[in-house]
Amino acid sequence: MLRSILTVVLISLAACHTAVLSPAGPVGEGNRIVLLDSLAIMLAIVVPTIVAILAFAYWFRASNIRARYLPEWAYSGRLELIVWSIPALVIFFLGGIAWISSHLLDPAEPLKSQAEPVEVQVVSLDWKWLFIYPQQNVASINHMVVPAGVPLNLKITSASVFNVFFVPRLGSMIYAMYGMTTRLNLQADRPGVYPGLSAHFSGDGFPGMAFDVHAVTRQEFTQWAAATRSSGPVLDEAAYRKLLKQSQNVSPYTYRSVQTGLFDDIVEQRLPPGEGPPTAQSAASGSVAVLAAREH
Amino acid sequence: MLGKLTWQAIPLDQPIPLAAGALVVIVLAVLLIWVAAKGYIPYLWREWITSVDHKRIGIMYCLLAGVMLVRGFIDALMMRSQQALAFHAAGYLPPEHYNQIFSAHGTIMIFFMAMPFVIGLMNFAMPLQLGVRDVAFPTLNSVSFWLTAAGALLVNISLVVGEFARTGWLPYPPLSELTYSPGVGVDYYLWAIQISGIGTLMTGINMVTTVLKIRAHGMNYMRMPIFCWTTLASNLVIVAAFPILTATLAMLLLDRYVGFHFFTNEAGGNAMMFMNLIWAWGHPEVYILVLPAFGVFSEVVSTFSGKPLFDRRSMVIASLAICILSLCVWLHHFFTMGTGGDVNAVVGIASMIIAVPTGVKIYNWLFTMYGGRVRFSSAMLWSIGFMVTFIIGGMTGVLVASPVADFVLHNSLFLVAHFHNVIIGGVVFGVFAGYTYWFPKAFGFVLDERLGKAAFWCWLVGFYVAFMPLYVVGLEGMTRRMQHYDRSEWYPWLVVAGVGALIILCGIALQIAQLWVSIRGRAQRRDLTGDPWDGRSLEWSTTSPPPAFNFAVLPNVTSDEPYWSIKQQARARGQLVTPEPEYAPIEMPRNSPTGFVTAFFAVVTGFSLIWHIWWLVILGLVGAYVTFVAFAWRDRHEIEIPAAEVARIDRANRAARAAALSEEPVQ
Repeated sequence: MLRSILTVVLISLAACHTAVLSPAGPVGEGNRIVLLDSLAIMLAIVVPTIVAILAFAYWFRASNIRARYLPEWAYSGRLELIVWSIPALVIFFLGGIAWISSHLLDPAEPLKSQAEPVEVQVVSLDWKWLFIYPQQNVASINHMVVPAGVPLNLKITSASVFNVFFVPRLGSMIYAMYGMTTRLNLQADRPGVYPGLSAHFSGDGFPGMAFDVHAVTRQEFTQWAAATRSSGPVLDEAAYRKLLKQSQNVSPYTYRSVQTGLFDDIVEQRLPPGEGPPTAQSAASGSVAVLAAREH
Repeated sequence: MLGKLTWQAIPLDQPIPLAAGALVVIVLAVLLIWVAAKGYIPYLWREWITSVDHKRIGIMYCLLAGVMLVRGFIDALMMRSQQALAFHAAGYLPPEHYNQIFSAHGTIMIFFMAMPFVIGLMNFAMPLQLGVRDVAFPTLNSVSFWLTAAGALLVNISLVVGEFARTGWLPYPPLSELTYSPGVGVDYYLWAIQISGIGTLMTGINMVTTVLKIRAHGMNYMRMPIFCWTTLASNLVIVAAFPILTATLAMLLLDRYVGFHFFTNEAGGNAMMFMNLIWAWGHPEVYILVLPAFGVFSEVVSTFSGKPLFDRRSMVIASLAICILSLCVWLHHFFTMGTGGDVNAVVGIASMIIAVPTGVKIYNWLFTMYGGRVRFSSAMLWSIGFMVTFIIGGMTGVLVASPVADFVLHNSLFLVAHFHNVIIGGVVFGVFAGYTYWFPKAFGFVLDERLGKAAFWCWLVGFYVAFMPLYVVGLEGMTRRMQHYDRSEWYPWLVVAGVGALIILCGIALQIAQLWVSIRGRAQRRDLTGDPWDGRSLEWSTTSPPPAFNFAVLPNVTSDEPYWSIKQQARARGQLVTPEPEYAPIEMPRNSPTGFVTAFFAVVTGFSLIWHIWWLVILGLVGAYVTFVAFAWRDRHEIEIPAAEVARIDRANRAARAAALSEEPVQ
């Protein structure tokens, strides 16, 4: 049993193909190092303990006449000292790692880089993601294009219920909450497609909140922004109010321009929150909204 | 007249819940008819439903937990099969149904399986171990049990009438607010948990009072069995944490029913405060569950190693350290909400520190086996399986307690695997060990060992096959509660996890078979000595099952392991050490239907609140109040058991023990 568990753990770690253990950016790399270091420190004590449990149980089995029977033995000061100090020392090490890494990898801290960061404002809606690029004055739904090798400065909020913005291969996740802005700094080192999702259950359309992060070269990013500016609908207040209606599995599309200060209006609650499920009266208009969203 | 309740509440158009509901209703009806036809109802009413005996109440708690385990496990099977099928497909459960299933699974397993099981074991064993006749407040104990059963009933009514919450086992606002969850599902959840939560809080008060104020003569704190210590620690946490749960859910109820704005998006509500409050209860809750399990393992490992527990003092300190630390770490549930580095680091380290006393406990059990004569009965197998499994779960727990690691593991299936690893590996294995260990004490015959061991191996293997893949798929970035997905790298692992669930199903089937076979063959499995495992604490010194008054004469405790010392002296002399005592009549609390009647009105009130049937709410509340007044005005509290009856029972016990002694070689 034990061997099979260890084999599974080691194979999955050695292969390192899992999203979280094959990061594509400095933040994910930091997460990975903390994860593996902590795991290694603990395995150093956990494996011998498991072996000892099985060995003691086997050796001191009632039928083993060679094992010593010590029916009264129940205390040893020396052992007690060891028993308390081993876990304490392990936790001392791990606590140190936790302390240092929590400060180094605080999601709100901007990443050190020569390049000017790209700002993206992220809004979770029922049930889709809205990405607003204030510097480029464009926006997209369920689809993120970012330049590789450039820090991303994300401001995240929710227009209705809680969600979590998470791109496993880029690293740290953070909550999206109504009336609040959370900050997250990420970076994709190499061009590629990195799947993202919501990591907090948000209702019936929740599994459809998957999106792809396309990391492209800086040049391609500029081209993408220019191309996006030339076509597609405008994200003004009326368009935003349509987004507040619930819709599921929305295909990606873009907005050619965004009303100034839209993100702040959402956070400052100058715009209403998501409508929730259609009530009996508004059921008809709700289904229209679903259709409208799918058309894009 | 009936508020929101109409025929539309019955899911006539959805075959799965309808069939499941119809099956449950039919089984219950058949059971009731059978019981009535056999003429068992007066017996059940007299001896069980109105019983205030802590042992009977404990057994009923465990029975409720067992039934709810099956219910919750069916939900688990549906979830695992849905995820095994829903790759690039919709599966067979639509979101609105799947979301109810995982919410019900968590709610039932925590509130109506794990809680009743540990409370049942504490109820049954703790007063016996302390050498007393009952808990401090016997009728309150009955009320607690029936309120818990009332909550369980409400959750299960939602299967047939209306719907259950679709918000997860903790209904986070704003999703659980009226805007986003307009149905009755969240209301079912809230009222069921409010009613059973009051029962649990009263249990906590009852148990703490019992341990602190009622112990046998000479049973000072350091002589209490470790199970009593962990019972004390667990119930102190109940008393500290459950009021927070009740207050938090009450605020959400005010939001939903009368338009308050504690947690709403609008009008200054703050949903984060709900997270904060609910976890201030929720994290201590897992220690409420696992501490009594630690106590069970302490008893079992010591008994089946034939040795006293290694370093009792350390064990007591560790239990109390866990009790206090458990209340200081809830913030680690929102490392990913944007709290800064300082807060995250402090709470992360505090969470890790709990691993120190827990690690100490593991080593103490390890050294208890050292120099012992370990008998691999099924209770001991559960304990060894626990030690190995729990270490792995503890390790992944410390991993997610490290904030930066949690940034990529929060809410993932890695986390789901972690908490099942500690709750199945810790709590479930613990209650099964306790169930096997104390079953002969409760019923006077032992459970079938062969089937018990087979069930253990199915559970152990099934657990690893079901949950190790979830660790991997969590590292693949899969988050929990996904009704469908289209990532090919997740798919094979979820199929394997589904197979694991089927292996656990075999384990549960074997446990049901074990109970059936053992009851059928009870005549051959009878244990007349009252001490089938060569036990060490006081519960083994009385008959199995114990008489209503537990001990003919209250014991006088002179050592850490009172019954073991008495037995050792008797073995040395080859005869019973204590002369026959002078028997006196014993006063015991009178049975009372208060608990059952209160719970009946609680169900009526809860149900009518859920469906907004206001006249019935008033009727239910008045009924509950009248029950309380009737109880308060009772004039006969106790019945007297005559000395002759006490003597008859105790003489039989002494004769059986003397006979058992003469069969043993004198040491």
